[in-house]
Formats: sequence, structure tokens, C-alpha cells
Amino acid sequence: MSLCEAEKTFILHGVAENFRVDGRDREGYRPIELETDIVQHAFGSARLRLASTDILASVKIEIDTPLPEKPFEGKIEFFVDCSANATPDFEGRGGEQLAIELANILTSAYSAPQTLDLRELCILKGEKCWKLYVDILVLECGGNLYDAISLAVKAALFNTQVPKINNMTIDGENVDIDVSENLLDCRRLNVKHAPILVTVCKIGEHCIVDPSLEEEQCMMSSVVVAVSNNHFSTITSMGSLHEETLFECLNLGHKVAVRLNQTLIETLEKMPQNQDVGFLK
Amino acid sequence: MSQTIHIRTASQENRIRPLPSSQKNHRIFTPGEEVIKAAHTNFVRGHGTYEDDGDLKASVAGVKEQVNKLISVRPLKSRYNGQVGEVLVGRISEVQQKKWKVETNSRLDSLLQLSSVNLPGGELRRRSIEDQHMMRQYLQEGDLISAEVQSVFTDGTLSLHTRSLRYGKLGQGILVKVLPLLIKKCKIHFHNLPFGVSLILGNNGYVFIGPPINDKEGNEGGFVQNLEEVVPKETREAMARVRNCILALAKNFRMLFDTSIVFAYEESLKYNVHELLLPEAMVDVAVLTQQRLSMLENYESH
Repeated sequence: MSLCEAEKTFILHGVAENFRVDGRDREGYRPIELETDIVQHAFGSARLRLASTDILASVKIEIDTPLPEKPFEGKIEFFVDCSANATPDFEGRGGEQLAIELANILTSAYSAPQTLDLRELCILKGEKCWKLYVDILVLECGGNLYDAISLAVKAALFNTQVPKINNMTIDGENVDIDVSENLLDCRRLNVKHAPILVTVCKIGEHCIVDPSLEEEQCMMSSVVVAVSNNHFSTITSMGSLHEETLFECLNLGHKVAVRLNQTLIETLEKMPQNQDVGFLK
Repeated sequence: MSQTIHIRTASQENRIRPLPSSQKNHRIFTPGEEVIKAAHTNFVRGHGTYEDDGDLKASVAGVKEQVNKLISVRPLKSRYNGQVGEVLVGRISEVQQKKWKVETNSRLDSLLQLSSVNLPGGELRRRSIEDQHMMRQYLQEGDLISAEVQSVFTDGTLSLHTRSLRYGKLGQGILVKVLPLLIKKCKIHFHNLPFGVSLILGNNGYVFIGPPINDKEGNEGGFVQNLEEVVPKETREAMARVRNCILALAKNFRMLFDTSIVFAYEESLKYNVHELLLPEAMVDVAVLTQQRLSMLENYESH
């Protein structure tokens, strides 16, 4: 899809007037729909819909050996799949590049120490730890992928239930782990500070958040910031930016990320458990 | 106000249910469902059906339509099937020798021949070799046009024409895509709405919302776009509101035509424009519009 000059002009003028095509202002965010615990065989899952962007995230857990340099820490790995259902551009290997990019930015955002405390996932120092596999499926692509994915991941991690360990027997090299038989006997992760990505786009002279597909075509450059616990954990930019604009983008991104984080945590805490609905049902 | 971020849970009570229809209910057939039993052999197989052991079964999800012995199932959701004379909004996808390819939401890209456009400089002008070289300057990839279906080829490709001052390249505005079946077929598809918005309801489900058109400044059958002009804030607001109203109606499967859009606009005035993005507001606007439409219907029938 490509826009014509006149449409782009219209969007550009709208951003300049602080009144975008769908009536939002520059800081406005589109309504989000969220549900958790929808993949039966996963330890935690979430599905997030932001306008027409649709993301399914699920978390699986396995036992692994910690890295020698980080004996007290568990592991987390991200995998993004851009299905060709999302847009025809993802057909074949079309989505691969974007998928790798998305997985990399998530890895980098979660690698900062103050984000997700990986020590929670340690079972036995230097020997055993939990490894989280976060699989993300892009079901539909309607702009602002980064933000949507980070929100979905955070919701899925919030929903994740880590099994409890009753006891361990250490027999020389062998470590035998006895995981609690009771399926409900689990603990949840503390994801309060898990990072939130916010894409800030520069259109004309101004910066906006939550761009739609059309607006993404008009942008000159964009910055993706990952914010957790009031700190930036990762900043990536596409296109070049002036120093002043960069700071403006960072400020805006930070402001919106804090707001997003607060709303998300509130929603997740209020979310009813074990309900039998889902977009698949 | 618009700074608050809305995250809703997809729980049962939050789920948006389809509005009850006020019109008579149609039986919807699912693919593979029996439409006519084998015993009634007196039928002709139409579109959207297939024969299995002498039974007639639906191959698409839709409603049954019968013309004498011809039985067909019209799909509820499909790409656009063009008919001669319908008004379309499309986007140029390719410039070729003597023709443009236009994306019109049909199964195949439509064609716009160089010989079926009005070129600047008059109605009865010969299209020369120079015009062929200049094609990209008239219309280039990505440009939006309004056009009319001139003919339908055997494979379903549409041939378009813009040989009227109404049709041609579209200027600044918003394109909204809805299901083609939601566009009510009317005599007029070009509207100047009372609140200062012009609207083109393309039969193919593409709706173009633009600033009001002044007929005074001699319309040239549009190959000119004014990129300098800044659309004033009030117009912009009205356009955004119309856009959100159309999406609200479309999401709740209400027919789109001038009256329904005007009603929806009036009912939506209690909300701010950006609030209309919320599903609750969308349903509210659709319900109120439906009520006013049925009131109008009752009034007219008595």
C-alpha cells in the first residue's frame, strides 16, 4: 500500500495542527483490547489488539543450565513470527528481517538488570535455572508493531505461572528436581518493571506516538524507546535525528510509556482469572 | 482528556455483540449446507452453489437468492464484484502502456485505459504518443481516483472510465475501507454533506472523505491536486468525525448511505472525535442511528 501525495499532505497538516486523521492528538493512543490465558498448553499467554494490530504472545518454560558468568540468573529468549496472514508482505521470507529485528530489540530491552529480575528464575546456583521461551505471533499488522508486541509480552509474562519446586536431590553430578504435582501450585513473576516499547515517529516538525499504518508511511524518522521503571533500557532509531528532536522524542516516549505501563498493570491486576472466553472461542 | 489510554479486557461482558436486526431475518447458509434437497430436481445451479449427489449445496456463507429456477447463494463477505455503471474509488497500482492498473478491492486489478480518461484540454482530444509518455504525470502509483465501471471482462476484470467531470484524481482526504456489501446502491454516490464534508461512497467498499467541493472554480475533471492548501481545523474535525462514524457503522454491520451517515454524525456529537474510537461509543452511535433510521422508515410508510 502506498499513499498519494495529497493523502500524505493531509496527514502532515493534521499532525502539525495536533489533530490527526482519526481525531487523536499527537500523544493519543488508540484503544487496546487485551486478554490473557488463552493458550491452553502454555505457561502464560496473552493476546493484544491495538486497532487492527493483533499479537499473540505465549510463554513456555524449560529447565536449563545457567550461563557460567551468571550463575544466579535464569534465561529468557524471544522468538517473533510474522505470519503471512498479517500482511502479504510477510509471505515467504518477507517477514524474517522484521521478526529478527523485533526479537533483538526485545532481548536488548529485557537484558538491562533493572527490568525483569532473572534471579527469580534460578533453581540451583550454577546448575539449574528456568528458561523462558517467549513466542510472539503477529496475526495482523496495522501499524505500531513494537509497542503492541512489548505490551503483549508483558501481559503474557504477568500471566506466566512458574511451577514450584518441592525439593532437590543432588547426587554427585546429577541434580534431581521434584516439581510440585499440583498444577495450581505455582508462583507468578514480578513483571512490574518489564520494559514497554514506545515508537515515537517524527512527521513533519512534530513527534507522535502510536502511528497508524498510513502515518507510518509519512514519517521521516522514528525512535523506539524501551522504558522500565522510569529508566530507558534501550533506544533504537530509524533515520537520522537532530539532537533537539531526539530529546523531544525521548521525553514524549518516556511520558507515554509511564502512562501505558500504569494502565497495563492496573488492567492486568483487575483481570478476572480463569474465564472461559477468548478470541478463539 | 485524550491522554488517557484505554485498555479493555476481552471478557464476556465487554464483548460487543452484533446488533439485533430490525429488518426481516434472512437464513444464512454455511458452506456445505444443503440449499435444495435432491427431491426437488427442478432448479438451475447458480453462483455460490455446487451439486453433491443431486443435492444443491452452498459453497459460500451467505443468503439464498432465487430467480425463477436459478438458485444462487450470495456471500456475505466477499471481494467486490463489479457491475457496469457503478461508482468506484480505487488506487493506481501500476502504470503500463496505454493503461493504468487500479486496485479496487476486486479479485483482479481493474484497468483504466488511457483512451477512457478525460485529459486536460477538452473532451474531444486525440490521445497522442506524447500523452502515453506523460501518463505518469496524470496519474502515478498510489494516486486515488474515482471512476465508473465501463465494462466487465469475462475473467471478472473491470474496465473503468473517468469520462465525466465528476470522476478523476482525488485530492486531500481520508480513505476508509469497509465491506463492499455495506455500501447501499444509490442513484448518487457523490455527496456534499451539510456539515462541510464531501463524501464518495464507492460501491467497492472504499469511501473517500474530503473537504467540501466548490463547484464555482471551474472543475477540470481533476488531474490537479492542491497540495498547498491547508484544510481548516473545523473541516478536519468534521472529516475525522465522519470517518469514525463510518467505521462505527461498518463495524456494527449497518448500511452506509447519506442518511445513515448524517444521522450517525448527529448522534455522535455528544462524543469527542477521538472518543469515537472506543468500541462502546461505536455501538452507541450505531444503535442510535439504527433507531432514527427505523423511525424514519415508519414515518414514511404511514
